[in-house]
Amino acid sequence: MIEVSHLSKHYGDFIAVEDLSFKLVPGEILGFLGPNGAGKSTTMKMLTGYLRPTSGEVRIWGNDVWSETLAAQSHIGYLPEGAPAYEEMTPLGFLKFIAKARGLSGEARDQAVSKAAATMSLEGVLHQKIETLSKGFKRRVGMAQAILHDPDVLILDEPTDGLDPNQKHEVRQMIKGLSEEKIVIVSTHILEEVTAVCNRVMVLAGGSIVSDGAPEALLALSRHHGAVTLELPDISDALVSSLDSIEGVSALEREDDRVTLIPGEGITDFFARVMSFVREQDVQVNAAFVEQGRLEDVFRKLTEGETQ
Amino acid sequence: MNISVVLKRELAGYFATPVAYVFIFIFLVLAGVFTFYVGNFFERQQADLVPFFSFHPWLYLFLIPAISMRLWSEERKSGTLELLMTLPLSRWDIVLGKFLAAWLFAGMALLLTFPIWITVNFLGEPDNGVIFASYLGSWLMAGGFLAIGSCMSALTRSQVVAFVLCGFVTLMFVMAGFPLVLDVVRGWLPLSVVDMVASLSFLTHFNAISRGVLSLNDFLYFVSMILAWLAATSIVLDVKKGG
Repeated sequence: MIEVSHLSKHYGDFIAVEDLSFKLVPGEILGFLGPNGAGKSTTMKMLTGYLRPTSGEVRIWGNDVWSETLAAQSHIGYLPEGAPAYEEMTPLGFLKFIAKARGLSGEARDQAVSKAAATMSLEGVLHQKIETLSKGFKRRVGMAQAILHDPDVLILDEPTDGLDPNQKHEVRQMIKGLSEEKIVIVSTHILEEVTAVCNRVMVLAGGSIVSDGAPEALLALSRHHGAVTLELPDISDALVSSLDSIEGVSALEREDDRVTLIPGEGITDFFARVMSFVREQDVQVNAAFVEQGRLEDVFRKLTEGETQ
Repeated sequence: MNISVVLKRELAGYFATPVAYVFIFIFLVLAGVFTFYVGNFFERQQADLVPFFSFHPWLYLFLIPAISMRLWSEERKSGTLELLMTLPLSRWDIVLGKFLAAWLFAGMALLLTFPIWITVNFLGEPDNGVIFASYLGSWLMAGGFLAIGSCMSALTRSQVVAFVLCGFVTLMFVMAGFPLVLDVVRGWLPLSVVDMVASLSFLTHFNAISRGVLSLNDFLYFVSMILAWLAATSIVLDVKKGG
């Protein structure tokens, strides 16, 4: 359980994070979303006990991060931004060092190391110096050290940044595959990642929370939520304006041979209305689907004007 | 012990790169040059290591910053500082562990000068008690230099800046008993403060040691110097974390 109350971080006049309060319970995978400079990393640094908050407090399973730092930190596995590691070491040496620093020794240490290495598929590079590894492997070394002690809380700062699509997929699968007893906090500015892995999304802008809820709730904020998109092979201006005149359409967007019809407020049978029009007028349609909503819309709507 | 976890990793880090070997090689060459050519070891015709030890402050002046500059700057730059500080290790575990690794490394380099000790024993009958005390004193002084260097390294993410800062501050401490420094403070500070500044000189404390007199006074001076600068390191790390 993580309790954050009235957490703020100021650098002189600059406000990095302002009055954050939230609670997380086991099973929650929280996505921190926000433009660069929104305070995502700063918040994570305060949660992990690296930065001292200007005011407010963080409790990890009841341990105050500033007065009971070591107890709180032992609950946390943390991947800092950029996955830093001691480059002159091998992954094996590095993971052993982390295990020892986490208080593991002997058999338990070796088991933890080999389990973490196996989870992140590092077996093939265990004896190479980290500085010689590719970016993807370095990131995996960073992930392995974070999950090594089977922490209750996993805090990952941009875990998929700079990875190729396959590696991104692997990391997401890994996060989703974690036990339900854990709390995961992932920061990202990749929107698709949020719907792919998280069950709760917090949007930060200018150091404050501007939205907090399930990814679906976030999507529902999009003006495209419930919109109907048609792919029309014989698109013409006449057809477009006749589509625009369907009852209930509040706006229409046209892009190449695609037309997106946005419903007016409170209309529940929008897809049926559009489809019956299509049938009646015998319009040629290659594809038709209902949009979930576009995160980009929501992201811009929530964060624009908040950043400097 | 958590200190030993940090210490072992750090010490192994020296030998994982050429840094350690280059440093030890240069240290031994320069120690030899100073002793035999500048210090006239043979011409003096005395069975002692005074010419060897008396150059140590000057040798440390530019070699110790080369060890200490990477202590924190490198970690800050590569981001591993954040990793280290979010492991369940106390601040003292980290500060002391890293310092001790550097100090042990300096001690190793110092011990490798043993051929000079063999030479002097081969040529004459020196007082080995004096030599032992001088070695100990020299190592203590190296600790003082390193603790200052640790603090300077914590101040910046640039190793070059850390090197220059450490060189400057240690030079001030070496020269504290000399007109170079005293003339600057004498004009505007009361005499008691001037005396205090003079008493902080590395050279004054080390001169007694290099003659084999390791008094409690000098011993405490270097130990408190080390502890004070390590405490300062810890404070700097706390204040400068924001970056």
